[in-house]
Amino acid sequence: MSPQYDLAIVGGGPAGMAAAVRAAAFGLHTVLFDEQPAPGGQIYRAIEAVAGGRPQDLPILGPEYRRGIALVEAFRKCDATYCPGTSVWQLTRELELGIVDAGGARMVHARHVLLATGALERPVPFPGWTLPGVMTAGAAQGLLKASGMLPDVPVVFYGGGPLLYQFAWQLAQAGVPVAAILDTGRRANYVAAAPYLPAALAAGDYVAKGLRLLNGIRRHRIPIMRGVSDFQALGNDRVREVAYRQGGTTHHMAAGLVLVHAGVVANCQLTQSVPCRHEWYGPQRAWRPVTDPWGNTDLAGIQVAGDCGGIGGADAAVHAGRIAAFEAARRLGRLSGDQRDTLAHPDRLAWRRHLLARPFLDALYPPSPGTLAPDDATLICRCEEVTAGAIRAAVRLGGTGPNQVKSYTRAGMGPCQGRECGLTVTEIIAAERGLAPEAVGTYRIRPPIKPLTVGQMAGLDDATR
Amino acid sequence: MTAGRDYDVLVLGGGLVGAAIAHGLTRRKLRVAVLDEGDLAFRASRGNFGLVWVQGKGRGMPAYADWARLSADLWPEFSAELEAITGQPVYYRKPGGLALCLSESEMEERATLIRGMHNQQGPKGYDCQMLDRKAVREMLPQAGPAVVGASYCPHDGHTSPLHLLRALHTAITQAGNDYLPEHRIEQLEGLAGGGFRVVAAGKTFAAPKVVLAAGLGNPGLGRQLGLNLPIRPQRGQILVTERLPAMFHYPINGVRQTAEGSIMLGSSQEEVGFNNSTSVDVLSRIASRAVRAFPVLAGANLVRTWGALRVLAPDEFPIYLEAPDYPGAFIATCHSGVSLAGAHALRYASYVAEGRLPAELAPLHVRRFDVQTAARTEPRAHRISGR
Amino acid sequence: MFKRRHEPNHALTVYLDGDPITAAAGDMVAAVLLASPDPRCRATPVSGSPRAPYCMMGVCFDCLMEIDGVLNRQACLVPVADGMRIRRQPRPEPMALT
Repeated sequence: MSPQYDLAIVGGGPAGMAAAVRAAAFGLHTVLFDEQPAPGGQIYRAIEAVAGGRPQDLPILGPEYRRGIALVEAFRKCDATYCPGTSVWQLTRELELGIVDAGGARMVHARHVLLATGALERPVPFPGWTLPGVMTAGAAQGLLKASGMLPDVPVVFYGGGPLLYQFAWQLAQAGVPVAAILDTGRRANYVAAAPYLPAALAAGDYVAKGLRLLNGIRRHRIPIMRGVSDFQALGNDRVREVAYRQGGTTHHMAAGLVLVHAGVVANCQLTQSVPCRHEWYGPQRAWRPVTDPWGNTDLAGIQVAGDCGGIGGADAAVHAGRIAAFEAARRLGRLSGDQRDTLAHPDRLAWRRHLLARPFLDALYPPSPGTLAPDDATLICRCEEVTAGAIRAAVRLGGTGPNQVKSYTRAGMGPCQGRECGLTVTEIIAAERGLAPEAVGTYRIRPPIKPLTVGQMAGLDDATR
Repeated sequence: MTAGRDYDVLVLGGGLVGAAIAHGLTRRKLRVAVLDEGDLAFRASRGNFGLVWVQGKGRGMPAYADWARLSADLWPEFSAELEAITGQPVYYRKPGGLALCLSESEMEERATLIRGMHNQQGPKGYDCQMLDRKAVREMLPQAGPAVVGASYCPHDGHTSPLHLLRALHTAITQAGNDYLPEHRIEQLEGLAGGGFRVVAAGKTFAAPKVVLAAGLGNPGLGRQLGLNLPIRPQRGQILVTERLPAMFHYPINGVRQTAEGSIMLGSSQEEVGFNNSTSVDVLSRIASRAVRAFPVLAGANLVRTWGALRVLAPDEFPIYLEAPDYPGAFIATCHSGVSLAGAHALRYASYVAEGRLPAELAPLHVRRFDVQTAARTEPRAHRISGR
Repeated sequence: MFKRRHEPNHALTVYLDGDPITAAAGDMVAAVLLASPDPRCRATPVSGSPRAPYCMMGVCFDCLMEIDGVLNRQACLVPVADGMRIRRQPRPEPMALT
């Protein structure tokens, strides 16, 4: 198959959009595939619909969300081909992308591929996390962005991290009562984060923004419990209350909706499926593809930008996307190395500056010990309903890594393909064996990484006949 | 460092072949260590289809046809006992299996094979019949118009290979024997006075007997005992769907509904060396055939695809022998670790324990390839005189 | 569990287990479900336990529903269309293992 495109970008968030704008400006024949129906990614989800049709939601979502308006406008104006509602279910070393949209599945060949698949919310297993009424904070925020919907039942937040506080503040702004924020963070986190504070202050408004949020939450008199552990969601067919320990006592609290968040991790399902080389990034306790400073992976022609290469946040992602586009233009013969360096210089400075905030945030909001090592009764694999105890038993039997544990227990064999259990399984095996997560490894990810029917796969055969 | 235990047998390889034999040795109260690789080895045991299959096997090699049938006959006892010992299900079912034909020419080809098997097995009988379109549809109401017929064998069945491997490892370890993953063999040595020394994971193991059951690793191990084991990898690709309501009561070559409800679709035969990745051209061909056979499958979501490597001899039959120069070293190499698990656990392990392979397995000795090579390349008289 | 802040600009009707409900153009199916009185989307094949949408971004595959006759679609990724028929999924009939 001869290449239909110079550059194929996967993901329509800040990194992907910014890259498409730059790449198209160099005359690269560029296509951007995105699963969502409109550009913006999760961070700027439905921004056009909100700005155009529900402007009253803009103040609630805050000034950072507004930043997406300009990005999306620039993207809409650029010459890149935009394919919304399109999933990429495979990427090969030969730079063939398997895509599927409402019209079916097909293979697309590009000369260069840029993955900007963003982040996932870190899985936070606890007893009851599969109950209806337990959702991620990002999920509920997405409902506000995409549909202007807000909770109408008592909300309890559990976990930690900037997004959790941001959304609690947004709910308070919208007049939704928040019963409590149950933060797993401990005093030790502040101590651990302190050395990184000066760098974070230099990074921009990250720290000031955080303080503003906390003040806002205090003004709304939302109770914040810190050092929370042993959290459970209780209920039969849906969540009715939560239980947790704090200060040596167990507490119960009524809840109609539990919103969970413990930071975000790189979404490397696609890079892992190729597979590109990955490394365990300790400060974020997650995998990320190994890249050079331009986002090139170890495989020729496959590049990453934005959070899917390691969490940097939306502002950093915009610069990362542009940097990646300059490099793609060089690789495709549109720029010399010197031209690339000159053009990319301002973005590289800005990118590095934004990343200065990360060590502070990573140290301040680490996943809690209970998230990394849930007790034996807790489900780890939501799809196949495999408990932490079953995983530990599989390790004792001889499952020395995630793939043999998967084979013994079926953890990771369900439709989510390990997205919700992979990190936890790696952590549990590492703890059981006394090894570093890097030494334990992760699931071998196999295509299709997005839903594809047998009929659609069969259609690819008919098409080639 | 020496492993601090005395063993009767070291089983090299902890996949289905090694684990079944080790389980059989464990049943006979022998002290066994199974030395296995780690998380990312080429593992046919993790990638296979799960059929316990008889029909069509052993054309041109009656010894193998008999052995496959024996194993299928042993499977009910083998699996029931394994489940009782471990308390873990292996989901073995034996409703008989079908090999579908999607054209008249496939039907003819299949009928010829089955007729040939009937003739070959002679008075022993060969329980396999051809079914017409109508008979197939009665057994498989989901069969589409493309299905012309099938062969059906009542001895065929299927199991969950992953549960099977887990149960075998459990049975071995709960009896006090050792399953040792992350113990890739660094050295295998036949000792002058008999017995064997194995170095793995920096430790030395010794025992009077070894079993080479390392799949694609067997040629390397065999060389250390002066054996040339002509084994090659052959890739098969498989697709699996999400869990679906029960719809296939029978295992079919290429379509099997697992105990969990997911449907496996397979498989290819590709000579691509040590490469277990997947390719869309092959996967789409498998999917296309499955949809022609069962149009209802078109709407099912795929959850995963994979490639795995079969362990094949040139004639694709198993290789069993005791190393001529190293008595006590037994070799078991085959690509049907699921089908043959019954025979490996309940028979081959006994042969190892007793120190002698029976005459029935002699045709599966590796020397058959020397003969064939000689027959192809050398004058007959010379070959005879040479041996 | 959720309610809309405003009346939809472009209202349309979908059918959830046969009952007509109002949705807004741009809603994902899972959003409509979460704004209904019962947020459950299915019973799991493994244990039959109830599930509702969890991640709303295509990651967790918990929001699987029957949409216009097609089983196991990710309701958080399917935009509503007028007249769409959405059904909660019961636990699939398990294999008979005898």
